[in-house]
Amino acid sequence: MQQDTLVEINDLKQYFAIEKGIFNRKVGEIKAVNGVSLKIKQRETLGLVGESGCGKSTLGRAVLRLQEPTAGDIYFNQEDEKVSVLELNNRDMRKVRANMQMIFQDPFSSLNERMTVMDNIIEPLVVNNIGDKASRKKRAGDLLEQVGLRREYLSRYPHSFSGGQRQRVGIARALSIKPQFIVADEPVSALDVSVQAQILNLLKKLQKEMDLTFLFISHDLGVIRYVSDRIAVMYMGNIVEIGEREELLRNPYHPYTEALLSAVPRPGQRRNRIVLEGSTPDPINLPSGCIFRTRCPYAEKKCAEQKPEWENVEGEHFAACHFKDSLELKGIKNRKRA
Amino acid sequence: MAESKDSILKKIGNYIKNIFSKNKKDKYERLEYASQSQLIWYRFKKHKLAAFGLTVLAILYFTSIFAGFVAPYTHVERIGDYKYAPPTEIHMISEENGLRTPFVYSYSKELDPETFQYEYVIDKSTEYSLKLFVESEPYKLLGFIPMEHKLFGTGDKDAPVFLFGTDNLSRDIFSRILIGGRVSLFVGFGGVFLSFIIGSLLGGISGYFGGVIDEIIMRAVELLMSIPKIPLWIAFSAAVPRDWTAVQTYFAITMILALVGWTGLARVVRGKLMSLKNEQFAMAARAAGASDFRIITKHLLPAFISYLVVHLTLAIPGMILGETTLSFLGLGIQPPAVSWGTLLQDAQDLTVLADYPWHLIPTAFVIVTVLMFNFIGDGLRDAADPYSSK
Repeated sequence: MQQDTLVEINDLKQYFAIEKGIFNRKVGEIKAVNGVSLKIKQRETLGLVGESGCGKSTLGRAVLRLQEPTAGDIYFNQEDEKVSVLELNNRDMRKVRANMQMIFQDPFSSLNERMTVMDNIIEPLVVNNIGDKASRKKRAGDLLEQVGLRREYLSRYPHSFSGGQRQRVGIARALSIKPQFIVADEPVSALDVSVQAQILNLLKKLQKEMDLTFLFISHDLGVIRYVSDRIAVMYMGNIVEIGEREELLRNPYHPYTEALLSAVPRPGQRRNRIVLEGSTPDPINLPSGCIFRTRCPYAEKKCAEQKPEWENVEGEHFAACHFKDSLELKGIKNRKRA
Repeated sequence: MAESKDSILKKIGNYIKNIFSKNKKDKYERLEYASQSQLIWYRFKKHKLAAFGLTVLAILYFTSIFAGFVAPYTHVERIGDYKYAPPTEIHMISEENGLRTPFVYSYSKELDPETFQYEYVIDKSTEYSLKLFVESEPYKLLGFIPMEHKLFGTGDKDAPVFLFGTDNLSRDIFSRILIGGRVSLFVGFGGVFLSFIIGSLLGGISGYFGGVIDEIIMRAVELLMSIPKIPLWIAFSAAVPRDWTAVQTYFAITMILALVGWTGLARVVRGKLMSLKNEQFAMAARAAGASDFRIITKHLLPAFISYLVVHLTLAIPGMILGETTLSFLGLGIQPPAVSWGTLLQDAQDLTVLADYPWHLIPTAFVIVTVLMFNFIGDGLRDAADPYSSK
């Protein structure tokens, strides 16, 4: 399946300065995203997985330029034209924004409580001057039905809805200006498990109907496994491994992926869990060489000295580890090694 | 013809059905379609003390707006020779006829041969009935409605009604309080409105953009807050030319109060904006391509407008007290214009206070007004708090 690239991220960095004292002296930087390169293909769902605080959401926001990234490039293919997102001025940025939207994590704070459901949904249309009052209303109603809510809910306020219903409204809002690319930032992690499945199925259905491309951020491997075409694993602001879903899940090359996978409970199987020692390193003083070496059970001297290169393993499968070809990752069964 | 009759009957039937279904409509359904401000209003109405405050204030404002009709006299009118006349007693029980409609006796002044002071003696020979909508000299209500009646009075020049007595120039204090309320009660609104604009603008800029602008504005706020209020007021009002008209002075006072009063509000707005600008709904608006101005005015300010309303309600009494203080010190409204502060100026003299204690009555109006505003602010705060149990 050969697809065109829709979004290309090159060496993206997002640092947050830590300031101290009355003169705001800069005493350090939190390296939330530390040199991420990714390609997201048209009509695919790229799952981005990693533990809390690894920079997943920051990356998602930086891609949409909701925060100004510190360094790097983002390219967006809009109508066969490659646009460098970070170089746009405010006016051109708005045009591009119409093609990239976001679904937020917390359905309770992502809707404006002071506006009706309809006003929430048509906000992007109003801001971008699309359509008139009647056509916006019709569109909002259509969208509500598309996300599985009743058209009559348009004049209600968000406070009368449940979490799942609110998230559906949030999805309708993201879809209202017909974007190509959507960043879904943990869209189901605030919801009950039964509702999670409904929302995931809804997203899948909408993707088919509207040819959407998703960057799907989650800490839940189960969710990622269910929705993604490809999976990227993130650790401390870096992508450590990326590959096709089945390939990556069955045949991981990075020790961190291995540890993540082993943490997923599987019914009917005795778990062979790999428990990582210690906690994540301080994002202000990242370890030298490989960032994972402080917790990696296989770390050697070389890991502290040299940053591992980003290497292709097979096909579209990449991993950043010095010993990816030689390690016998023990958490993984049925390992087919060439 | 028969058909149209049927259709009319049907329409009426539907109409009745609608009324019934509307009445039966669940309370919960109403809540689901209610906006935030409606929800706040529902809760506010349940707050008894606040409702009481609102009622009292409504009466106060109403009477002082229509003071021309309610007050028996004007604020500058000298009534005969009634200097320092005590409050008129209103009687219900007549010596001859027993219980009857309210009436008053007339006063007469007599010299006390021992103290050489004039004293008022009640002349019980005639009972003057108090009448509603009594005829009076023609006047213009609010400056343009021609009227020939006052709310109450005896209709007889020999029997004046001084509910709160008179002052040293034989002016009716009750009338002066009502007319003074026009300045004192409304200076709060004007001042709060102005300080609301200044405060939310500067606080908004400060909180939303942060950085150097924030630093400058906040230091300015702190500087302004560190200057003692009264000297600052005095300095400002010393700059107001003496020959300005009452209206000009009034607006000058409003400006002075607002210029000093916006700082607290700016801080509140700044803090709220700082916490709200990173909320997901603000981020969603930014992702939709909304401008900073739209995000602030359409998403962030409405999100805490209830806090602002509470803050403003609680700020009004401060303004009223400020005006009273300034006028009391002789720096605010200048006679013959009248406000509660200038009325209290007459009460500065200890001998006046000892002999004619009714000069203190304006204080009660100030206290009641301030208290009622605080009740309302309290009620609003409870109603606006989404976590309150009520």
